[in-house]
Amino acid sequence: MTQSALTSTSGSGGGMSIGPRDSRGYKTFTWFNGTFLVLLCGFMLYPFITVLAQSFSSAGAVKAGLVNVWPIGFNIDTYKVVASSDLFWTSYRNTVVYTLVGTTIAMVLTTLLAYVLAKRHLRGRKLLIGIAVFTMFFNGGLIPNYVLIQNLGLKNTMWAVVLPGAISVFNLLVMKSFFENLPLELEEAAQIDGLGWWGIFRRIVLPLSKAVLATMILFYSVAIWNDWFAAFLYMDKQELFPVTLYLRNMIAGASSTASQGAAAAGSTKEAISANIQAVTMILTIIPILCIYPFVQRYFVSGVMLGSVKG
Amino acid sequence: MSAAHATGDALATTVQAPPGGTLPVQVDGEGPTRTLRPKDRKVGWRKTMRRDWVLYAMALVPVLFLLLFRYVPMFGNIIAFRRFRPGGNIWGDEWVGMRYVQLFLNDPNFWNVFANTAILGALTLLFCFPLPIVLALLLNEVRKKAFKRVVQSISYLPHFLSVVIVVGMVMQLLSLHGTVNQIVEAMGGEAIPFLQRAEWFRTVYVGSEVWQTVGWGTILYLAALSTVDASLYEAARIDGANRWRQTWHVTLPGIRPTMMTLLILNIGTFLNVGFEKVLLLYNPLTYATGDVISTYLYRVGLVSNNFSYATAIGLFQAIIGLVMVLSANFVSRRAVGASLW
Repeated sequence: MTQSALTSTSGSGGGMSIGPRDSRGYKTFTWFNGTFLVLLCGFMLYPFITVLAQSFSSAGAVKAGLVNVWPIGFNIDTYKVVASSDLFWTSYRNTVVYTLVGTTIAMVLTTLLAYVLAKRHLRGRKLLIGIAVFTMFFNGGLIPNYVLIQNLGLKNTMWAVVLPGAISVFNLLVMKSFFENLPLELEEAAQIDGLGWWGIFRRIVLPLSKAVLATMILFYSVAIWNDWFAAFLYMDKQELFPVTLYLRNMIAGASSTASQGAAAAGSTKEAISANIQAVTMILTIIPILCIYPFVQRYFVSGVMLGSVKG
Repeated sequence: MSAAHATGDALATTVQAPPGGTLPVQVDGEGPTRTLRPKDRKVGWRKTMRRDWVLYAMALVPVLFLLLFRYVPMFGNIIAFRRFRPGGNIWGDEWVGMRYVQLFLNDPNFWNVFANTAILGALTLLFCFPLPIVLALLLNEVRKKAFKRVVQSISYLPHFLSVVIVVGMVMQLLSLHGTVNQIVEAMGGEAIPFLQRAEWFRTVYVGSEVWQTVGWGTILYLAALSTVDASLYEAARIDGANRWRQTWHVTLPGIRPTMMTLLILNIGTFLNVGFEKVLLLYNPLTYATGDVISTYLYRVGLVSNNFSYATAIGLFQAIIGLVMVLSANFVSRRAVGASLW
């Protein structure tokens, strides 16, 4: 319908020099487009709203399927129940610690390598870039990675979660292209003043790169915050789990058994009532929701930087 | 990817640098200090080391990291051809040749999951590739800046959620008393246990994938759209093109390189269907359609402890993936002149 409305304007617009910019057909289209986008937003937000409503509803109402967009039997008891669980707080603290440590390690490694790779004069630069980029297209796979972590003795340690993902090649290339675009004259001037590579890096380059550093910190920390799989693979002690894995086990109805065998039985049994799940979900995404409005543009700019060829 | 080739390239570009600039502003000329300019790559290794050892030192730990956590597992794939005992030598114990490869080639389960993977990957590509383009085009027609920004912010949001959360939400919405079944019942149908039905798995998977990725996928297209030359629209209007024709003849060609690049990437990674999501979403009742190569090798390898067998399957998948990226890139370079590198 919108399409036919659009094509119908070709007759009236054909001879005009301004063109059919605001023809009736286009106005109709604009109206439909706006309506569609509003509906789309509703569709995007609906799952969040439902979960939020469930988290404030009584268990009975949730179970009976009465809660859709508005809490039924409003209460905050479920929050109290979840907040009184030691295991929940342990997991939450683990997630915070893993995110802080993992992001720090990742930032140090990525920034150092990106700075070096951005030095066009460096001998062996292409080889180093090749080493990094090749890992984007071919990786070791699940089992060899598992064997490596096991042989390094990292199972059931924080390092199994924070180390393997420490250099994301995508992020590396984003940073590299940012460093490459810094004006060369600045570094040269610093060199005349007697600064070495390290001094230039620390005193000139880093202060100029705050925006890209912030973007990368966000990329890494969200990735680690959201990760559950590394812990699922390499950990079998509940007190080490991040909150995502805690939630996963709750959803799978397997929170009591931490064994990996339980993974196969990922059923939707309602062993733990849906409103407790809802509260845990809300508490897990709240930090992301809180920073999201302020940092969204950094993410977007990061993606755009990444589209510049490495 | 050979070392000789890479350094050869580097030297070739050195030659192109102009022989000694006359103006201080000239970027590639000889500047006041000589160390930063590409020309100096001609110096010998000894001098290079003396000048740049700090840089190499800075790269040392990150490179060692990549070698340990990326390349050791890559070579660890050798256990696809050697017998491996859990907890034993990382490189396996003794050669068994193609035994494990033959094993999976003759395993009907493997071909089942292979077909499932291909179907799920193809469906994902079919929906998750074009829909962001459509959404970007629609957003591009919105003139109220504030409204556009709000729609963008909301549609990006699901991208930031953990897959655990997404699956949790899917399970809530699709439960027997969930919203979807309420709609089904309101329309006179009977509640469907979607997650227990193999015939619904693909719909659920692809649907949630679209929900999570469609907004975020528009970013690069919107960026490309904003760079389309406005005078082209002007010219098209003078030629009497309406909005639809302008979109077809100006906008779409304008974002074609972006489309091609993303298509190559998507085709290349199309067998890597969301392993984590499938693992969270499937259950024995939906194995018939939901079980994919990566989940199968996960169960074979880590649940049943057949490490070598699972590695053989994983290696096979990785090689197919590599071949597909390379050939998609080759084809697109030949056909439309767009390539990843």
